[in-house]
Amino acid sequence: MDQVTAFLIAVIPAATPLLLAALGELVSERAGVLNLGVEGMMLVGAVTGFAVTVTTGSAISGVGAAMLASAILALGFAFLTLTLMANQVASGLALTILGTGAAALIGAGFVGMPVERLPHLDVPGLSDLPVVGPLLFAHDALVYLSLILALATGLFLNRTRAGLILRACGEDAGSAHALGHPVILTRYLAVLFGGAMAGLAGAFLSLSYTPMWSEAMTAGRGWIALALVVFASWRPGRLVLGAYLFGGLSILQLYAQNMGILALPSQVFAMTPYLVTILVLILISLRRARSATPASLGQSFRATQ
Amino acid sequence: MSAAARLEMAGISKSFGSFAANADIDLKIAPSEIQALLGENGAGKSTLVKIAYGVLAPDAGSILWNGREVRIDSPRAARALGIGMVFQHFSLFEPLTVLENVALGLDRPEPARALAERIRRVSKTYGLPLDPNQRVADLSTGERQRIEIVRALLAEPSLLIMDEPTSVLTPQEVQTLFDTLRRIAADGCSILYISHKLEEVRALCSSATVLRRGRVVERLDPRERSAREIAALMVGTELVESVRAAVPSQGPARLEVRGLDLPGQGTHGVALKAIDLAVHGGEIVGIAGIAGNGQAELLAALSGERRSPRPGMILLDGAPVGQLGPTSRRRLGQAYVPEERNGHGAVGPMSLVDNAILGAWQRAALAARGWLRHGRARLYAEAVIQAFDVRCGGPGAPAASLSGGNLQKFIMGREIGQDPAVLIVAQPTWGVDAAAAAAIHRALIELAENGAAILLLSQDLDEILTLADRVAVLNEGSLSPALPRDQADRERLGLLMGGAHGALSTDGRSEAPVAA
Amino acid sequence: MRLRLEPRPRPSRLWLWGSPILAILLTVLTGAVLFAAIGRDPLASLEAYFISPLATTYGLAELALKGTPLALIAVGLSFGFRANVWNIGAEGQFTMGAIAAAGVALQFAGSEATFELPLMLLAAILAGMGWAALPAFLRARLEVSEILVSLMLTYVATLFLSFLVYGPWKDPAGFNFPQTIMFDQSAAVPVILANTRLNLGVVLALLIVAVAWLVQRQSLLGFQLRVMGLAPLAARYAGFGRARLIWISLLLSGGLAGLAGALEVAGPLGQLVPVISQGYGFTAITVAFLGRLHPFGILLASLALALSVIGGENAQIAVGVPRAATGVFQGLLLFYLLGADILVRYRLRRLAEPGSLGAARQRATTETA
Repeated sequence: MDQVTAFLIAVIPAATPLLLAALGELVSERAGVLNLGVEGMMLVGAVTGFAVTVTTGSAISGVGAAMLASAILALGFAFLTLTLMANQVASGLALTILGTGAAALIGAGFVGMPVERLPHLDVPGLSDLPVVGPLLFAHDALVYLSLILALATGLFLNRTRAGLILRACGEDAGSAHALGHPVILTRYLAVLFGGAMAGLAGAFLSLSYTPMWSEAMTAGRGWIALALVVFASWRPGRLVLGAYLFGGLSILQLYAQNMGILALPSQVFAMTPYLVTILVLILISLRRARSATPASLGQSFRATQ
Repeated sequence: MSAAARLEMAGISKSFGSFAANADIDLKIAPSEIQALLGENGAGKSTLVKIAYGVLAPDAGSILWNGREVRIDSPRAARALGIGMVFQHFSLFEPLTVLENVALGLDRPEPARALAERIRRVSKTYGLPLDPNQRVADLSTGERQRIEIVRALLAEPSLLIMDEPTSVLTPQEVQTLFDTLRRIAADGCSILYISHKLEEVRALCSSATVLRRGRVVERLDPRERSAREIAALMVGTELVESVRAAVPSQGPARLEVRGLDLPGQGTHGVALKAIDLAVHGGEIVGIAGIAGNGQAELLAALSGERRSPRPGMILLDGAPVGQLGPTSRRRLGQAYVPEERNGHGAVGPMSLVDNAILGAWQRAALAARGWLRHGRARLYAEAVIQAFDVRCGGPGAPAASLSGGNLQKFIMGREIGQDPAVLIVAQPTWGVDAAAAAAIHRALIELAENGAAILLLSQDLDEILTLADRVAVLNEGSLSPALPRDQADRERLGLLMGGAHGALSTDGRSEAPVAA
Repeated sequence: MRLRLEPRPRPSRLWLWGSPILAILLTVLTGAVLFAAIGRDPLASLEAYFISPLATTYGLAELALKGTPLALIAVGLSFGFRANVWNIGAEGQFTMGAIAAAGVALQFAGSEATFELPLMLLAAILAGMGWAALPAFLRARLEVSEILVSLMLTYVATLFLSFLVYGPWKDPAGFNFPQTIMFDQSAAVPVILANTRLNLGVVLALLIVAVAWLVQRQSLLGFQLRVMGLAPLAARYAGFGRARLIWISLLLSGGLAGLAGALEVAGPLGQLVPVISQGYGFTAITVAFLGRLHPFGILLASLALALSVIGGENAQIAVGVPRAATGVFQGLLLFYLLGADILVRYRLRRLAEPGSLGAARQRATTETA
């Protein structure tokens, strides 16, 4: 029982960065923009959050700066793809290359520095309950925020007029424009949201999950988040499920490795998240959820007369 | 009458570069009037109504609404005045529900429940049955048009502009639409009806403004003039129609389809059911039908873009080709002009030389042993340009730089230039100007006279009835037996086109909400 | 003053090649600002980056040496990129190629066999193809994104390399360093310029670039890939098999990336170590775009990016610019390039006076914005 609880407690922080980054990408893709730059934006978020927290001593400033920095990168991407109509795939790759480089440059002086981990939200009474206490009431604020945001995103997309317009832009930009909806503006906002969320995910990594900065510390989580969006068929609810499934797998992998259950080299264990991602993509394609893909995803749009 | 005019457009001019799309146009429409705006493709109808609806700004001229001068600088402003518009191409989102689609078109948001109620009410009042909770993807074309009309009516317009509304409907659905429009007009709303279908205009409208090359050539009462007279006004000269005597089929079939079954692809695909068809040398067989009844699937199967379940389901000069790809079928003498020019029959950014290679490399030997023969391809492209009078900036011009009609002539020329045994052609004159359409029709007739078998898919019944020797109708994936042209009158074809489909949509669907 | 974009009737030939040059200039300019911002003398830094590496024969040879894998990989990628097939896992295919070549070298260690080097190159090509085969199969058969699969496999390849050099392939006499033994002379690509590291690989790369040019320009295959990229339906219409083209573009790029990996271990490295690539597989993406997916353009672009890699190392030593700046430059370069490419298809027009035609059109287009 204790083992299981400890496992479950470990899963939650492992799932949180995936959920945050994937939520942002989900909104961006529902508006019709495929942003492959999540990994780069996460790295910039991680380093900015870390650097600002270390320098100012304020975790809130750090998290805010992380969101802002990644959103600025996303703005560059949005300008390229939405205003200058550049290819979204190529621009997303450029964003990842730029973000990885920029993060390494900013973080060069911060490697190996310590930082205070984000405080856990201890609720007097509740956090002391056996099992349930540490499982549900002893995480940092970003964990709860990620779940609240997932719920809010779901409500926004399905229950609000703005969400309806955003979906319309992703399904058929031409028709949305013809009806007088601001396609480009909507897409800008969606991409900026995606950037801010990737920044938040990065800040969570460098301030909470492994409170430190090291180059390429995201280790492909940005790309896994992209795969999760496909896995979730572009639905926030399923995204939560997917992120926790993945978080669980990555923790399981660590457990198996630590307890020497299988006598395999550590690299084989380290491969599992990537191999599982491929496996999941295959399974999803067999289930044929194609119609869930926003129809305008990845296509440039230019308002004509 | 001028005092009472609902909308008056005076001296409207609009140019694109050096091209005058509208030149000094006057148009007046009274309350409750159903007026037609007539003209060929490119005569300036679309530009004029886009100005009225605030999509385009005129270079000169004034607009009066109920006698007061107004500036309409956006569709929103137009709707605020009381102008509604139903576009030819729907602005609908397939994965969304009817309700969501309607909500997206409203300027003032309103609660979903209240909106659903209003939709039900309006659709009941005007005989436009719709279930607000149904997904658009599951609806027929006729039902989709109803959404557009209901969406426009919800704003309680006093002028409704309809852009070519019947091009997607069966003759029976057209009748239903006309009943609805008359009811709307009786309630005081004016209707501006854009069309080039003269019989329809004569049945519905009490007045008509005829445009030609951006100018008004005449205002008339269409009920008092013959279709032929009006057509002459639209085109400017007496139309020389390619009349063709029906040829009785003879000899062995060059293209034969035997019991072709093909499952639908994707969520909205239509399955083909036991299709039987034979096209003989020297014969043109027309296939009529409303879009979305299996045309795309049939064309894919016949062209080889999709393989059939068994080789013997399609025979080309007796050879089973059902499982061969387009290249092998072309080598056996097949040619194909698809419905969509840009992106299917031609690659827009590529030159005409490259586009010649695209469709003719197999039969005109524009590639050999894996290498391109640019010189030959250029000669071939030049020959096509010359033979079909393609207006373009030479063989190096990108396909996208040609007008629709000229690109279609190029594609048609590229295919006919291969001297095919069988030509499959879809919507050959869609969006093509009258002169080019006539040239394309002549080329098809000539090809048939030289012994080729031609299969013509078209939604334009006039086209089929002028060209085809026999006519079959495709409905919900089933093909009717081919009728000789003299037995294929409009009404009979219309009933076949409607099939179960039309019946289903007029008596309405269950009102039970469908979970999206 | 307000500006607007207006479509050109035809793509501009001038800007097709002007845009990469503009992008390079903008990157250099940004670099100068960046250097100044981190307290380095911009001119001295730029000199250390872009001028001094070219001052010696050795420097020029190094440039060609570093350009070789970039050009090879980028030429391979260009086939797929033209067809909208996005292999972004060239880094992994490069790694697998290097591993396969090293495997052959280890197998024949001490044999001094003449077939050793050719066998290494062949094994590397096959390994690169093999690593690209999974994304090819999944995209062609199941519509699984080749972007994600090829990228995930890059992580797997890197971990596999790490496993080998820390485990079974570790040099027993290597003081426990994670590296293999040094390979024999018979496993080395011959050096062609004395006192430099420039080897026969560069000749091979030039040859492959020339062949690639011929194939892209003159062959039916090159034509088919272009059509598939521009209009997939037209490709189907013309009978160009989609699955076949996906397979070809991924296998080609995988094979060439694998070859580049072999040239690296059989060339400057001479053994297998945990880090064998300076991000060649990713930098090659920038090279491919900067070279306009045109083999000769790629040749020039590979030199430009090789210079940024060597210059980065040089500037770190000379003026203490962090090495990570190179990554920023590469990202910026691609960013600027993609942005400047708008000028190929559109021209920038100053807005005409209100009331005229231009203003009227502008009103229509800004309704969205």
